[in-house]
Amino acid sequence: MTASPAPLVSLRGVAKHYGEGSARVDALKPLDLDIQAGTVIGLLGPSGSGKSTVLNLIGAIVEPDQGRIVLDGETVYDGGWCRRDLRRLRLEKIGFIFQFHNLIPFLTISENIEVVLTLAGRTKAEARRRAAELLDYLQVERPRAMPSQVSGGQAQRVAIARALANSPRIILADEPTAALDSERAGIVMDLLRKVARDQGASVIVVTHDEKIMARFDALHVLRDGVLVEPS
Amino acid sequence: MNLAIRDIRHHLGRFVLTCLGLALLLGVVISMIGIYRGLVADALVLVRAPQADLWVVEGGTRGPFAESSRLPYDTRNAIARIAGIAEAGAVTYQSVQIETDGHRQRLFVIGYEPGRPGEPHGVIEGQPIDRSHFQVIADRRSGLALGSTLRLGGDDFTIVGRTAGHVDSAGNPVIYMTLKDAQKLQFQLLGGAARQQAARGESANSNQVNAILARLPPGGDVAATVAAVERWKHLSALSQQDQENLLLGAVVDKARKQIGMFTVVLLTVSTVIIALIIHTMTMDKRREIATLKLIGAPDRTILALIVQQALLMGGISFVTGAGLITAVAGYFPRRVMVEAGDIAVLAAVVVLVCAVASLLGVRQALRIDPAQALGG
Repeated sequence: MTASPAPLVSLRGVAKHYGEGSARVDALKPLDLDIQAGTVIGLLGPSGSGKSTVLNLIGAIVEPDQGRIVLDGETVYDGGWCRRDLRRLRLEKIGFIFQFHNLIPFLTISENIEVVLTLAGRTKAEARRRAAELLDYLQVERPRAMPSQVSGGQAQRVAIARALANSPRIILADEPTAALDSERAGIVMDLLRKVARDQGASVIVVTHDEKIMARFDALHVLRDGVLVEPS
Repeated sequence: MNLAIRDIRHHLGRFVLTCLGLALLLGVVISMIGIYRGLVADALVLVRAPQADLWVVEGGTRGPFAESSRLPYDTRNAIARIAGIAEAGAVTYQSVQIETDGHRQRLFVIGYEPGRPGEPHGVIEGQPIDRSHFQVIADRRSGLALGSTLRLGGDDFTIVGRTAGHVDSAGNPVIYMTLKDAQKLQFQLLGGAARQQAARGESANSNQVNAILARLPPGGDVAATVAAVERWKHLSALSQQDQENLLLGAVVDKARKQIGMFTVVLLTVSTVIIALIIHTMTMDKRREIATLKLIGAPDRTILALIVQQALLMGGISFVTGAGLITAVAGYFPRRVMVEAGDIAVLAAVVVLVCAVASLLGVRQALRIDPAQALGG
């Protein structure tokens, strides 16, 4: 019998509330969650259920009240942040994919990817080469086009390429298919699955989108800040 | 990769229009300073033109520009004989209004003795006055052409020479004529007024002047000569420097303060406008800034984006404004002097203004929560 590998993302007793006294809202009650490498998991739940809070906590955007967070083998939170520079943490370990792709409108398709690489300290030439590789990998054409000049599906591929630029092992995707039709949504999910498999990454997708429910390795449902069994 | 330039290129039309508006505003600031410099230069032209060392005026006055001054003409001979004075000349100053081709204009008339202190320097066209009467040297700003005739006080004067840049402290062009002609113009009554005065038994004394200009030999002691002149209680004497200070202090000082205040107000308005533009540009980029923060951009990247845009906007606007004002300075009715030193100081002020103005945008940008990038 072999021991299962350590999860890429591990949350232990992580909780978050907003406000105090009568205005207190428990966005997330103490939560345990493990996500393995190479998997695509779906985080579901109605509005206000706490799924965005989970994404913000894993993304080191919001500080938990308590608990312990381990990302890619590094304890990043244990009653307090273990790193001072959380932006650097995000740059190195996490890739983000947004509902409306959030490409920088004044940068070209290629520059949108290069910017992440130069922020991480790559040279201009390295950044350009890596961006070209990623665009080729995700079959994006017209690297010199502006984001406003490509379709929504193409823009979302570029957003995925940007999320992968620094080879993070954790990809957080917030409603990545909400603005796409079924066909394009399916293509994006296939790409995320390919990324998880090829790069050994964990892809965590917050979604309401029923047309992609069947494409996850696992589904986690949140209701009132608590994980419940999927129905 | 320079994000500021990429963003500007993306919104080039808006940026150019904004810069153009700001250029006009900064152009007004530059022209204000240029007008002040022109005011000072114009005021000093009259004082410096005769290249005198000493100004002798009516006792107890600070004439002839700050106060009126009248002296008997023969005072010039007495002054010329004082030890330490090389040469002296009598001058008169007065303003007249003429009408040519239905267009009224004021002229500043200087009467001088040819060959003595007070004679105009820098005749650029024509010749100096070589007759005792009815010749005039006019500044070209008067529009009086060489060889044309000017009617003043019932006499016709021929324009024999032209100067450039000779104006009084109000910017009116100067004309030069012989002292005798100027005395007649200033002190001699005409027609009915003369007959009435004669009927009253009063005699008109037109042999007066407004000041005596004196030059000292090289190395002459100005202070000692002033003291020597003022031993005569009916005379006052001012050194060239005193006269310049008096004119700047009494005549130009209020204008200087007025223009200075106006310049400060304009710079304040420019700061507020740049701050508002940067604020609006930052607000327009909230999502992009949140996204940059989320993907790992440090504060200095965001700060550089905003400050560089503010500095570029200020720099481009300033250069455009300065170029514009330099190009049109000659068309202003009064002298506008755009000096390199002023431009350099103002450029430094604009850099400072842009840095201060961008603080509002920087503060906002740094407060943008990266979580704003998530969600719809």
